[in-house]
Amino acid sequence: MADQQLPFERPIVELKNKIAELKAFTQEKGIDLSGEIEKLEGRLEQLEKDIYGNLNPWERVQIARHSKRPTTLDYINRLFTDFLELHGDRLYGDDKAIVGGVGKFQGIPVTIIGHQRGKDTKENIKRNFGMPHPEGYRKALRLMKQAEKFQRPIINFIDTKGADPGIESEERGQSEAIARNLIEMAGLRVPIICIVIGEGGSGGALALGVGDRIYMLENSTYSVISPEGAAALLWKDASQAKRAAETMKITAPDLKELGLIDEMIPEVRGGAHRNVDEQAAQIQKVLEKSLQELKDLPGEELVLKRYEKFKNIGEYTHVNGVMVMK
Amino acid sequence: MIRDLFSKKKKYATIPTEQAKQEVPEGLMTKCPKCKTIMYTKELKKINMVCERCQHHFNVSAYERIDLTLDEGTFQEFDGDMIAKDPLNFPSYLEKSKLDREKTNLNEAIVTGEGKIKGYPVVIGVMDSRFRMGSMGSVVGEKIARAIEHAIREDKPFILFAASGGARMQEGVFSLMQMAKTSAALNQLHEHGQLFISVLTHPTTGGVSASFASLGDINIAEPGALIGFAGRRIIEQTIRQKLPDDFQTAEFLLEHGQLDKVVSRNEMRDTLGLFLDLHQPKRKREG
Repeated sequence: MADQQLPFERPIVELKNKIAELKAFTQEKGIDLSGEIEKLEGRLEQLEKDIYGNLNPWERVQIARHSKRPTTLDYINRLFTDFLELHGDRLYGDDKAIVGGVGKFQGIPVTIIGHQRGKDTKENIKRNFGMPHPEGYRKALRLMKQAEKFQRPIINFIDTKGADPGIESEERGQSEAIARNLIEMAGLRVPIICIVIGEGGSGGALALGVGDRIYMLENSTYSVISPEGAAALLWKDASQAKRAAETMKITAPDLKELGLIDEMIPEVRGGAHRNVDEQAAQIQKVLEKSLQELKDLPGEELVLKRYEKFKNIGEYTHVNGVMVMK
Repeated sequence: MIRDLFSKKKKYATIPTEQAKQEVPEGLMTKCPKCKTIMYTKELKKINMVCERCQHHFNVSAYERIDLTLDEGTFQEFDGDMIAKDPLNFPSYLEKSKLDREKTNLNEAIVTGEGKIKGYPVVIGVMDSRFRMGSMGSVVGEKIARAIEHAIREDKPFILFAASGGARMQEGVFSLMQMAKTSAALNQLHEHGQLFISVLTHPTTGGVSASFASLGDINIAEPGALIGFAGRRIIEQTIRQKLPDDFQTAEFLLEHGQLDKVVSRNEMRDTLGLFLDLHQPKRKREG
């Protein structure tokens, strides 16, 4: 259960506390308040429905960033058997902000890769807060090429604030590492399924995101710039992040409506962290279906369809037949 | 009295007015921002907008670049009338685009088309950093993808001059996905065995440097160009120390193995001509 309480959850927590108090009182004093408790529990149910059923973009951002939100490894442990983690890019090092390896999904070998955050400070430092260096992307690419060689489908979990912005990342070619993944993924002759499970931050997220299917958990986000970054640029004020989160259209429902993702995967009420097993079961259903759809397509067709999928993204118009002269 | 001589007030007095700022580039004379030499603008244009004294490369517009690069009279533009839509209903996006159209005489942050360099046919794209910082939204992505498709159909090499602050914020994830789209188009070009030369000019950063601009068979850059993934300020904030002056310059990237060559604008046309000559398809060479 979650210990981190989000601001908009306060009415729920208060009501829960009250119910707990009444229950304790009943036990202590032996006075029967079950009618009262039942009434309050009904109200709690309604309140949860109202609050969690009408989340605004900023509230979803907060859930996506919840410290207890399940990570790639949480889902790997629940969705795959015989998972073997593989390490290193064979060029520089092993980036712990990306995990990857081979496992079985319902008996079939697949390659699984994902950004990996920590859940506490110590783990976050080890994982660089889920922000990969170039060697992370190069490890991912090595594993994806390996998947292609052995004809395994690829399943990518996306969960990063963005690629690491540091001196060393620049020196080792962060831009090239991301760009290389984009072009290589476009040409891989095996199915690629991408699922945004937390934050999908810009190019650092997209570097695992060029797939045949792109799914998002209901309370995950996908954006070109963080709401704080956008607010700082737009209104010179990072505290306007709430407003930016709405303007930028970064939530799963918004992106589904804009046709930028294939499907939104419903989340457990209140967020995936409230029941990881149930959330994994939701993801399993989607994986099952998409693998079924993609598994028999020839490699060339996959590549062509993937190209068409991305080629079709974009909105533009034309000046009314008037060319601007040089 | 003596203290007045060292008064900080003087610092504030040197900021030029908006009007003065505009007058400098449009006017008769141009001052080099690096070595402060003052030159006749007309003369500067004759020498490719490169400072004679310190080799500082001034930014050039997309059409100026086309004039500098292609054989005279060979350029034919593609999709010149394509303009941005506003898929997110983003506040004041359309107005700002319109202002940039008026200011730059361009419809978007890139001009694409075909022409010849030293007699060799090429498909070319040239970005212009004056239009929305050269940022990539749907139009830039679409024009690049179409130009690449044209290069594939016509079996011609593709050259792109990048100049961009990155993905365009006002189109959100649409912009982000243009990184995937342009890269996927380059994959098609690659599969057809065709040449792509990426020329990185000042500045090439963010989502543009992290997509097509880094994917050339040959990556070359102009001297002193700022090239990088993350913004300087963001890195400084993250590591809490000041970065060296040459950080993220073309020379820095060359040193770190990210570029094939740094090429002066004065030699760019000859260099491109040579690369094109060296990459003429076998079937054409023999036939």
